[in-house]
Amino acid sequence: MAEVEESSKPLFAGLSDISISEDIPVEGDISVPLGSQNADNDLSTLDEPVKDTILRDLRAIGQKFVHVMYPKKSSALLRDWDLWGPLILCVTLALMLQSGSADSEEDGRPQFAEVFVIIWFGSVIITLNSKLLGGTISFFQSLCVLGYCILPLTVAMIVCRIVLLGGSGIIGFAVRLIVVTASFSWSTFASTAFLADSQPANRKALVVYPVFLFYFVIGWMILTFSPSH
Amino acid sequence: MANTDFHLQFQEFEDDQGYVKSNQGSTTVTIDDPIKSRKQRKTTGTAPEEEEIDPLDSNDQTELLSGEKKSAPFWTFEFYQTLFDVDSHQVKNRIVGSILPWPGKNFVEVYLRSNPDLYGPFWICATLVFAIAISGNISSFLVHHGQPKYKYVPDFRKVTMAATAIYSYAWLVPLALWGFLTWRNRKIASLVSYSFMQIVCVYGYSLSIYIPAVILWIIPSEGLRWFSIVVALCLSGSVLVMTFWPAIRDDKPRITMAIIATIVILHVLLAVGCKACFFSTYEMDPSEDHNEPLRTTNSLSST
Repeated sequence: MAEVEESSKPLFAGLSDISISEDIPVEGDISVPLGSQNADNDLSTLDEPVKDTILRDLRAIGQKFVHVMYPKKSSALLRDWDLWGPLILCVTLALMLQSGSADSEEDGRPQFAEVFVIIWFGSVIITLNSKLLGGTISFFQSLCVLGYCILPLTVAMIVCRIVLLGGSGIIGFAVRLIVVTASFSWSTFASTAFLADSQPANRKALVVYPVFLFYFVIGWMILTFSPSH
Repeated sequence: MANTDFHLQFQEFEDDQGYVKSNQGSTTVTIDDPIKSRKQRKTTGTAPEEEEIDPLDSNDQTELLSGEKKSAPFWTFEFYQTLFDVDSHQVKNRIVGSILPWPGKNFVEVYLRSNPDLYGPFWICATLVFAIAISGNISSFLVHHGQPKYKYVPDFRKVTMAATAIYSYAWLVPLALWGFLTWRNRKIASLVSYSFMQIVCVYGYSLSIYIPAVILWIIPSEGLRWFSIVVALCLSGSVLVMTFWPAIRDDKPRITMAIIATIVILHVLLAVGCKACFFSTYEMDPSEDHNEPLRTTNSLSST
């Protein structure tokens, strides 16, 4: 296409107006990063030290964390998904939501399994919802995005535990409320920045609402957490 | 000459439409048609505008056809996609329609038609579950706040209880109602008959008024709570009754009254049961919990 345009511009000047002809290289672009990455990796992974392999994966996870913290509209989080980050975040959050002694039966706090199930089941339901509404994103991409976007809430959980060390007065509660609200809106904003593009424009609200509810419930669990004494 | 040409084309178009309608579910026609038209356009000469119009055209056709046929079996992904085939403004209109009953406006005929969705019922139920659990939790905190031995706990089991109650109400009641209506339709030929999904959809949307009501219940004042319950019940109950009235109108008066009463009583039971279970009050006595809903329905109907 480009050759034609270069060689005989006056003849085919009208062709440059056709948007479809410019779409074709973009479609092809989907397979390009996979190929280039394979060329990077496939030879070197055989005889490299285990440390390098692990470090490379960790670096990939870290890069995705950075992408969540600065949610600019890049597709890096979508292109090569992994579920390591979501697993780490989910386990961290669920462990931190445990209070020191979870032995009493009358204790109504969310248990480890409940947090775990809510996060994974919730993101699966949201993913199915967006697929049923006609989203173009794949199943695991969406799971990956939703899982990585828990990061601000996990950070909020750490802050909340530190604040709770100082006692749970009115000021402590106000600080926790602000932190959790900020991280909740951050999570929602980041995930919609990644997910909303894959939806038809007239259905974006329908996809964003479940995401909002999901992070709201997680934020609620973090805000109401209080360690038992 | 030009006139006759136009006439001939018009005739062909009519034939095509009739063919599509006569055997629904044949997708070959829908796939063939755009290709044919594209070929025709290519022979007449390709202009860029026409190329751009083409995808829109085929979209229009597929949309029209998908409205006509719904023959995908229930285990396929496509079947569920037809149940999520709604836009944001449609959902908004349906929620508004379920909150504001308008005399003579049938919810199914005005909003759903042949396109009931599962999106609204599912997420309205989910929102209601968490709204009940969270606001019940806050209200118990507010009620017991001053007491010295009270220790705040986020009671997470309430989510499970609320989910069981709400989802079983939103699915089992429509199932029973659908079974009953189908059975009655065999005996008495009624003009209006609803599909199962339509009934589920009506019930799911009718729960949406409870979400603001439940959030209002955070304020620990019994008067306000009862007031919001009555308002919510009147609004959503009248939507339910008006929706199902055409389907059961032709039946015997006794059965009609029984169905209407059952629908309303179940709706009242859900609201009052939620209030009794999840929202503690100052003078709440746990031993009287089970009698609470029945007594309150009596007092409601007498007022």
